[in-house]
Amino acid sequence: MVEFDGVGLRYGPDAEVLSDISFNLQPGSFYFLTGASGAGKTSLLKMLYLAQRPSRGIVRLFGEDLVSMPRQRLPGFRRRIGVVFQDFRLIPHLSARDNIALPLRIAGVGEDDLSGPVGEMLSWIGLGDRAEAHPATLSGGEQQRVAIARAVIARPQLLVADEPTGNVDPEMATRLLGLFEALNRLGTTVVVATHDIHLISRIENAQMMRLEKGRLADPTGALRYPPANRA
Amino acid sequence: MIIPRVPVQHRRLLPDRRLSGPTPWVIAILMMLTLLAAAAGVGLARSANAIGSAIAGRVTVQIVTPNPVTRAEQAAALRRAAAAQPFVLSARAVDREELQATLGQWFGSETNGEGGDDPVLNSLPLPALVDIDFVGENRRRHMQELRALVAAEAPGARIIPHAEWLGPVAQLIGSLAWIAGALVILMTLASAAVVIMTARAALGTHFATIEMLHLIGATDRQITRLFQRRIAIDTAYGIALGTAVAAALLLLIGWQWAGVTSGLAATASLGPGGWALLLALPLLAIALAALTARQTLLAALKKIL
Repeated sequence: MVEFDGVGLRYGPDAEVLSDISFNLQPGSFYFLTGASGAGKTSLLKMLYLAQRPSRGIVRLFGEDLVSMPRQRLPGFRRRIGVVFQDFRLIPHLSARDNIALPLRIAGVGEDDLSGPVGEMLSWIGLGDRAEAHPATLSGGEQQRVAIARAVIARPQLLVADEPTGNVDPEMATRLLGLFEALNRLGTTVVVATHDIHLISRIENAQMMRLEKGRLADPTGALRYPPANRA
Repeated sequence: MIIPRVPVQHRRLLPDRRLSGPTPWVIAILMMLTLLAAAAGVGLARSANAIGSAIAGRVTVQIVTPNPVTRAEQAAALRRAAAAQPFVLSARAVDREELQATLGQWFGSETNGEGGDDPVLNSLPLPALVDIDFVGENRRRHMQELRALVAAEAPGARIIPHAEWLGPVAQLIGSLAWIAGALVILMTLASAAVVIMTARAALGTHFATIEMLHLIGATDRQITRLFQRRIAIDTAYGIALGTAVAAALLLLIGWQWAGVTSGLAATASLGPGGWALLLALPLLAIALAALTARQTLLAALKKIL
């Protein structure tokens, strides 16, 4: 699904923010990415959702080398990835409904075909009655839910979430995590960056990816050589 | 397509703030000036051409023999001889009354410039004039042949090619037409620069939206069409406004010009080709704006992963 091999990332002439990152994400697996602030979680996620190319190393996504891939091929890969941003990144002049429908519209889904899924998603996140509300009129938690709905509406093969429950109450956090689990059961690979220990403990088979000062802690080699891949 | 088709739901990705920025107004002013400069350029060019073709093949032979009877005889003989030449299209002796009428305008004659009974005009030793139009373009050879003819029929007469004294005027008008053309080009470039700045400003203003669209899989083409459409429509509003104002001004000038019938001014007009050019310019401007916006947007988007 996703393979990083000896990946390093630096911004400009500064020292690397990520060094020698190697892992192999298995299809249908659930991962928590943890680490102290500044450890490089967001930088790693950026490479996962194709907002950043590495400075060195190999990145393979869905079996293809992304480092040398021409940029005009990237949109096709991005449509297979759902992203939940820490700062939501909702489009301010669009309603909640239109924000959620965005990935489907970009993918060319017709209006007749998207109204059902979008309505269901709005109901599921508890914003069925606020479908036409604009982000500025929504609370932080509501915006978070819209952002998550937008990330999952197109049933992505890879879901990347950066602190997805940071702005919601525990009950909603549980429901959103349930949504991630449900997607995971349907085959979506999920990577969630979080500081929330309680969240991590709720997913039984989740694997941990811990970043320490820009390096991935993998003492057993399970991330680089997952059991299914071991000789 | 100049204004690309974009689904209604996609159009909403950009906030609907038409005519709120300065672009349509700046484009309107530039378009109005462009059309006025183009109209001036076309009018002046046609005037220069009209004058040029009118004077290019015409000469006047001035016979200044002191004896008025001999002068008249020489003029008549020259007219007859010239009219019989194959290189002469027409030869016409200018009547004394016509000369007096022309001079009467300058002498302030009391006979409304016709001068017939003015004793001062009657006392002037006016030369005899013969206007000759050449056939074809080989004017140098025709001049040589005419000189021989004049030497035989009216020795001492002066040959005055009209191009010698009206030529500089035609050249000046032609130069003004070129300057007007250069102004059209400069204003077109300025309009393109405005569109480039607008496109870049739009990218800057909506960068967060563009980045988001990229990250959920929008292609450069999808994003470009969105912005290209908006910029083309805004520009089209400006062009329509500028064209309307320019058209009103040109109609007003044309109405006033219709009363001008004298001299060089009467040769200035737009003609069907000029009007066609003026009608085509706004359409070309919209196409140029859309193309400029598209190239600017694509170049800018390529800098984003």
